Amino acid sequence: MGKTLAEKILSAKSNEDAKAGDIVIVDVDVMALQDGTGPLAIQQFDEMGAEKVARPDKTIFFMDHAAPSPRKELSNAHMMIRSFADRTGAKYSEICDGVIHQRLVESVTSPGDVVIGADSHTCMSGALGAFATGMGSTDLAVAMAAGKTWMKVPETIKVELKGIFPKGVSPKDAIIYFIGKIGADGATYQALEFTGQTVESMEMTDRFTLTNMAVESGSKAGIIAADDITRKYLADQGRADDYRPEFADDDGEYVETHVIEVDSLEPMISMPHTVDNTSTVTDAAGTKVQQVFIGSCTNGRLSDLTAVAEILKGRRVNKGTRLIITPASRDVYLDAIREGVAEELVEAGAMITGPGCGACVGVHGGILGDEEVCVATTNRNFRGRMGNPEGSIYLASPETAAATAVKGEITDPREFL
Amino acid sequence: MEELKGKAWKFGDDISTDHIAPGRLFHLRTDLPELAKHVLEDADPEFASKMKKGDFVVGGRNFGLGSSREHAPRIIKIAGVSAVLAKSFARIFFRNSINVGLPVLVCDTDKIDLGDELEIDLAKGIIKDTTKEIELTFQPLPPAMVRILSDGGIVEHYKKHNGFKLD
Repeated sequence: MGKTLAEKILSAKSNEDAKAGDIVIVDVDVMALQDGTGPLAIQQFDEMGAEKVARPDKTIFFMDHAAPSPRKELSNAHMMIRSFADRTGAKYSEICDGVIHQRLVESVTSPGDVVIGADSHTCMSGALGAFATGMGSTDLAVAMAAGKTWMKVPETIKVELKGIFPKGVSPKDAIIYFIGKIGADGATYQALEFTGQTVESMEMTDRFTLTNMAVESGSKAGIIAADDITRKYLADQGRADDYRPEFADDDGEYVETHVIEVDSLEPMISMPHTVDNTSTVTDAAGTKVQQVFIGSCTNGRLSDLTAVAEILKGRRVNKGTRLIITPASRDVYLDAIREGVAEELVEAGAMITGPGCGACVGVHGGILGDEEVCVATTNRNFRGRMGNPEGSIYLASPETAAATAVKGEITDPREFL
Repeated sequence: MEELKGKAWKFGDDISTDHIAPGRLFHLRTDLPELAKHVLEDADPEFASKMKKGDFVVGGRNFGLGSSREHAPRIIKIAGVSAVLAKSFARIFFRNSINVGLPVLVCDTDKIDLGDELEIDLAKGIIKDTTKEIELTFQPLPPAMVRILSDGGIVEHYKKHNGFKLD
């Protein structure tokens, strides 16, 4: 019997013939932490009496949630991270470098890797044909010392995308649609494998959006085969040598298969306060919006900013609505400047902040006021997520967010295309 | 294992880690006793001040969904909650809870109401609702997690066996 991508990678990294349901001890290739979860991992690492980090070159702390730090407590947390890195040889990514998951795909994760991160959206790295999953600080502390972790090999759900996206509809709409269909706990403990002709011809930037949100269905991982598009992406990142093909076996066993015909998809939106509370944008249209946030590891890449600039071209952000744009990484930020996209966005009335998690995590960079409504291109809309439990968050594509910024109310982007 | 005793505090479905340990209190993550004073604040602002040591958090479906922040189960434990009961748990929260030694029990929480007095025998797998005079059972933990929990969490487990010993 053949294997799914999850079974293949976890077999290779455990030196066992791993099948869904098995408990395996795996070698960990990449250990990632951020400024919210890193300090607790450091405390636990010290409490264990550990001194050496097993893989210092692949143990990386990302200062992205509070970048730059808005409070002394967080500045101190950053100091703790830098000093731990200095003492153990672990690496850190500075406040100017970008969001953990974007930085991992740009520079760290390779096909076939096992990646664990003290951040739930670690699953994004799975788009590169890796097994990537989120865990807590203590699991990371143990893995930092051991270079290994334990896992239950997940069952896999196949998510097959067919057809060509209509104008104004994007992979973000597809993943919101899927989560609405399967539910916020529809794939708990399972892996999602995204396949089909639509995925096979999809650029990496869009594949990242799909795997980023896998955890919003409860999934442990979201995985996509490493193919020629992966190879080209890694080569563009100056990492051609990191490529290796990674495919599931044809006769791998899947617990379910979902087919999404993207030709018939419409722009989708997640309404307050859960990601699976979905609707078409048409049905939610007209709701007044005070803030639009474009950014995050889900949709803060150059292709997202370009899609927004296309809609904003020759138009202005509506009075009474503020548009905040946070590039996912320094590389994205630089490209947006070099290609003139940043200028177009600022001209249309957007505020561009430095790279990082920004307003997505409610620490700073765009906290909502009481009763305010935000449309965001991020991955979560839980009550209080953006810093105020009295605010409401809708999740949508960059195109829908841009159209909404222009009209000041939830708007179907197809009106502008 | 000890017998747990206390009052039930009811919460609904989809209680996220943002309800438990919100992002606006991000700066308190390095001061867990202080963060614990705000535990579950965005689901019930009065919970932290009114709950008594030993009480139970009783949720619905998919308790603990969202972020990987281990601070969430840690502050529930620090606040004095003796166990969390729910119809189902989100994966990372469940694993984190075992790692930090917070009992998380899957059972039919529809049968329990706010204020019910509960007694739980972890070893026997029985939940007694003494207010309603009914008994509920909870799903046994996966064997790997029983090993970790009985060793006192993942750090102690790793130290004791000088590695992972889960089979």
